[in-house]
Amino acid sequence: MGKIAIIGVGQSAFVRGYPGSIRELAFEGFKEAMQDAQLSVQDIDASIICSAPEYDKQRSPSGVFAEYLGLTPQPTFYLESLCSSTSMGLRMAYSLVKSGLHEVVAVLGFQKMSEISSAESQERMGRGADIQWESPFGTMMPAYYAMFAKAHMEKYGTTLDDLALVRVKSATYSQLNEKALFRKPVALEMFSDPEHFMSGPVASPLRVGDCCANADGSSCLIVASEEKAKALSKKPVWILGLGAASASVNMSGRDLFTGLAVARQAADQAYKMAGVSPKDVDVAEVHDCFTVSEILAYEDLGFAKTGEGKDLITGKETYKEGSIPVNMDGGLLSKGHPIGATGGSQIRTIVLELRGEAGEMQVKDPEIGLVHNIGGVGLYGAVTILGR
Amino acid sequence: MSKKKEIDDRFKKFGTVSYTSLTKVNDFIDHLEEGKVMGTRCVDCGTVFFPPRADCFKCFSSSIEWFEVSGKGKLEAYSKLTYAPVGFEDDLPYCIAVLEYGDFKVFGRIASNVPDEEIKLGMDMKTVVNKLPSGQLNYVFEKA
Repeated sequence: MGKIAIIGVGQSAFVRGYPGSIRELAFEGFKEAMQDAQLSVQDIDASIICSAPEYDKQRSPSGVFAEYLGLTPQPTFYLESLCSSTSMGLRMAYSLVKSGLHEVVAVLGFQKMSEISSAESQERMGRGADIQWESPFGTMMPAYYAMFAKAHMEKYGTTLDDLALVRVKSATYSQLNEKALFRKPVALEMFSDPEHFMSGPVASPLRVGDCCANADGSSCLIVASEEKAKALSKKPVWILGLGAASASVNMSGRDLFTGLAVARQAADQAYKMAGVSPKDVDVAEVHDCFTVSEILAYEDLGFAKTGEGKDLITGKETYKEGSIPVNMDGGLLSKGHPIGATGGSQIRTIVLELRGEAGEMQVKDPEIGLVHNIGGVGLYGAVTILGR
Repeated sequence: MSKKKEIDDRFKKFGTVSYTSLTKVNDFIDHLEEGKVMGTRCVDCGTVFFPPRADCFKCFSSSIEWFEVSGKGKLEAYSKLTYAPVGFEDDLPYCIAVLEYGDFKVFGRIASNVPDEEIKLGMDMKTVVNKLPSGQLNYVFEKA
């Protein structure tokens, strides 16, 4: 005894401008996970609500959701670690169940980025980092990741085309994902066509096509003890390994600009706990908030040697037929990135893959899956390893 | 009746848009006014900090002294922005960057008079005080 499983997964479609309230958005992901697990609300012992609060008008969404989802009077609370919130929520659910305090816990991630106006959103973007010492210089998320892209390109010879190929792959698979925001093909030529919006400069060397898009969405994971999972679920997916780390928010505290230290640390922990190595991973979801982020992830997770991440994309090794398929759901780049819902969506995809229920996105007979979920500019990192 | 309490909000003068006004290291602004970019050093254990801080997490001391960021640093990372957050549009385009000094690093901007083609990772640069057209203060990196 003592294993912990995911017995239900769900997510809303990821969209621009969700035409409803945050509680209604949350209901979509929750309903799908509950129907997937074939549970009723009385079966849920506690709920963990995950998001980045700066996009919400509603204070303390946990209570509002618990009421709307029928999860009162069970305990509910809120967890935030930017874009990695749901992965950290899963870590929290694991420990609540492992401790014996609860047997079945719902982890619900959401973000309605369109809740605030575009101008408000632009203003928040400037406060996405260290507001005392960095934001007064005029910083933005793409510019931070662009510093990493520049450093990786200069040190290892990664090219702009290598980056663009990540977006091409992403668009290839988002066309197969009915929940994805962007479902149109992307060609490498768009990046070299000055007339095409994909080639527009954002922060050198990153272009519009290198960046993921804001979206509205929700996701939900139902986590259960081994005993409950065996009693309630025909296809439990087991949590084999969990890793998590943090780093200096200010870039002046970083030693590495050609990778993310938090990802390396979280991956080491997760591989050790699961007793597996990178070559054992059959399918992965990585945090491709920018094209360069996916190449860094290949290296930080040990799928490629340091500096050789580009070879995986140019050699199509991370395509469905390759040695390590990555982001079969289109990733953040094409699926959309509703901050607090992203980790849960990544985990949902891997759970479906391991169950053999991923439809057109299905890779051949995977046994071990991995999820890499990053918050901020490598500020928080979570790596989760799942198995059948 | 009651006398209005003096608020030390010097830090609102830092950068194009400052999001912070109250901090225990407000003297940083006075040093900028004097033309000096300064970090802090823990008096008890000697650890140096940039950006400056009022408290040492290593020995829990809050006894600090100021030191000047001087000499050359090496350019470790940079990016040129074509889009900016609200409030920074008039500054475009500009480069954010990190300079490596050995014991500490400095995050800031590259001076606008350094031509793009001369910016290379690993190059020597120095940190200097910069007065913005609005009268706000920051610091920038120039070729050393």
